[in-house]
Amino acid sequence: MTDITASAPVVGRSLWADALARLKANRAAMFSLFYLTLMALVCVFGPNFTPHAYTTIYPDYVRTQPSLSAYPKPEMIETALQDVVRRMRADLEDWHEQDERVFVTISSPKTIDERVTRYLDRSDTFDNARIESKSPDGLKLTMSATVKKQYFFFGTDNTGRDLLTRTLMAGRVSLSIGLLAGCVAVAIGVLYGATAGFLGGKTDEVMMRIVDVLYSLPFIFFVIMLVVFFGRNFVLMFLAVGAVLWLDMARIVRGQALSIRRQEYVQAAEALGVGSGGILRRHIVPNLLGPVVIYMTLLVPQVIILESFLSFLGLGVQEPMTSWGVLISQGAKNIGSANWLLLFPAFFLVSTLFALNFVGDGLRDALDPKDR
Amino acid sequence: MLRYVFRRLLTAIPTLFVIVTISFFLIRVAPGGPFNQERGLNPFIKANLNRQFGLDEPLWMQYLNYLNNLLHGNFGPSYNLPDFTVTELFKVGLPVSIQVGTSALILALIIGGILGIVAALRQNKAADYAVIATATAGSTIPTFVIAPIYQLTFATTLALVPVATWGNGALLNKIGPIVTLALPQIAIVARLMRGSMIEALRSHHIRTARALGLSDWSIIVKHALRGALLPIVSYAGPAAAALLTGSIIVETIFQIPGVGRYFVEAALNRDYTLVMGTVVVIALFTIVFNLIVDILYAVVDPRVRYD
Repeated sequence: MTDITASAPVVGRSLWADALARLKANRAAMFSLFYLTLMALVCVFGPNFTPHAYTTIYPDYVRTQPSLSAYPKPEMIETALQDVVRRMRADLEDWHEQDERVFVTISSPKTIDERVTRYLDRSDTFDNARIESKSPDGLKLTMSATVKKQYFFFGTDNTGRDLLTRTLMAGRVSLSIGLLAGCVAVAIGVLYGATAGFLGGKTDEVMMRIVDVLYSLPFIFFVIMLVVFFGRNFVLMFLAVGAVLWLDMARIVRGQALSIRRQEYVQAAEALGVGSGGILRRHIVPNLLGPVVIYMTLLVPQVIILESFLSFLGLGVQEPMTSWGVLISQGAKNIGSANWLLLFPAFFLVSTLFALNFVGDGLRDALDPKDR
Repeated sequence: MLRYVFRRLLTAIPTLFVIVTISFFLIRVAPGGPFNQERGLNPFIKANLNRQFGLDEPLWMQYLNYLNNLLHGNFGPSYNLPDFTVTELFKVGLPVSIQVGTSALILALIIGGILGIVAALRQNKAADYAVIATATAGSTIPTFVIAPIYQLTFATTLALVPVATWGNGALLNKIGPIVTLALPQIAIVARLMRGSMIEALRSHHIRTARALGLSDWSIIVKHALRGALLPIVSYAGPAAAALLTGSIIVETIFQIPGVGRYFVEAALNRDYTLVMGTVVVIALFTIVFNLIVDILYAVVDPRVRYD
């Protein structure tokens, strides 16, 4: 018996597979894609793993510098203690650190209530306070407490909130806004543009005339009006923003649809008796997909920038919720005294926009071989 | 040609009319009004104010009045800056915005154009990648990040320029706003120029020119550049309209007395006349610059005919 090794049937590579291969060969685009995935994962899941909630305010750590080592720094313990003791309305006599605990002795002209240990517990710096000894007349009290170790890798903001958690939360908001508004714009734009391009004739002319008029309305006026109507509900607002951004998409799709309809293969399909539904599904939609995907990757950064622009004007996302635009506008106001407030959010925003741009360019190169 | 321009200007009238109508009703339907303040106004005073400005009439009447005034070139009084009419505000602010915007546009076209050409000539070499990277950075870093960084480095730290004043348009005061306005535009122009120049250099007439042994300089400047300019021209039209009517962010950050900052403020304060005035001015600029673009098209590309 002879083994007949069945030769694998020759599989032709589809145009989509070709495009995918071209995309994979583009290192900048692949790296950007990886970076974006990472950024999305970190922003979506990160806030659950950071040691602080994005709303928690640490009065002891207002505008703390970013640091990889734990807070409080040794010199901060003294100031924190002075603060606490002042709140106890007593005088700080003496303090020292021993076995990871801080021992404090306070004195007062009046008898000291033992409940003052609460002030230690309440502070952001100390924990597990307890009374060690008390002078018989009750005018002197020694307490001990552990020092709470806190990490602020990105520092804290003006009200003492952890910037790392806030930056990630902001990323969640900014990215989802970008995607949401982007999808809305693409959906409306594709439907509108494809209808105009497919129907052609008078309908097309009227539909495109409407787009022209909307185009010459100042865009920002539209957006501000939407903010006024929809108030501070940011989901609704960005659905609306998406509904404004569809104009370009509609033009692109209409142009494509018009030119695809005139292609020889569409005429051939028509000659073969394929119905218009079949032509739409087999020829027009797949050929439209390329420009739509490319435009979508360029639209998302546009929306993110727009959101940050609105937040900069105070019209965007409202406190305590935050977005990269909100953080950056706060950072820009504090750039002289606390530059990390600008640097970290700006880095996150700019690098994301960068990556989105590279992905967009890569997709364009991959899907539109004419252009290379 | 003249007939074409005339026809275009005629078709601009209905467009302008639709724009005025849409924005008039849009801002009127918005909740609130120009005299709604946090500390409520005495209702009698408010009624008087409304009567004074004709806001107590029915909406359609107000609309007709506004159209009538507009046709007579009267934009009406500003509600929130009561000592000024909208026309007066524009007379002061518009020259400032135009000055800054024009400088930024020219700067962007020259620098962006040169960068784009250099990148196209050195395609896929270090210079090309450097231009692409700068262009991407320029179009992704928002103005309100660039502006404070500029202020911090050149004004606060190096003390070379004032932080943010207009100073009657002294050159040093203008550098910041012009540069921050121009940077994103430089980025976009450079990208467009690179793309269209690469395409132009590949075309047949350039191959012929090379075969004829023309110098590089004459090939690029005389033959390739002309064709490559078309996308730049069509981009520059809307960009010019946007730049010349002032940028909210740059004018706010650098404290420039232009018209850009009025828009957001007026829309939020329901300063109806000022909003409408700004909308009309922006629309006019857009229409005029689009027309200029189309005329320039015919100048740059003789194949384009409008007769």
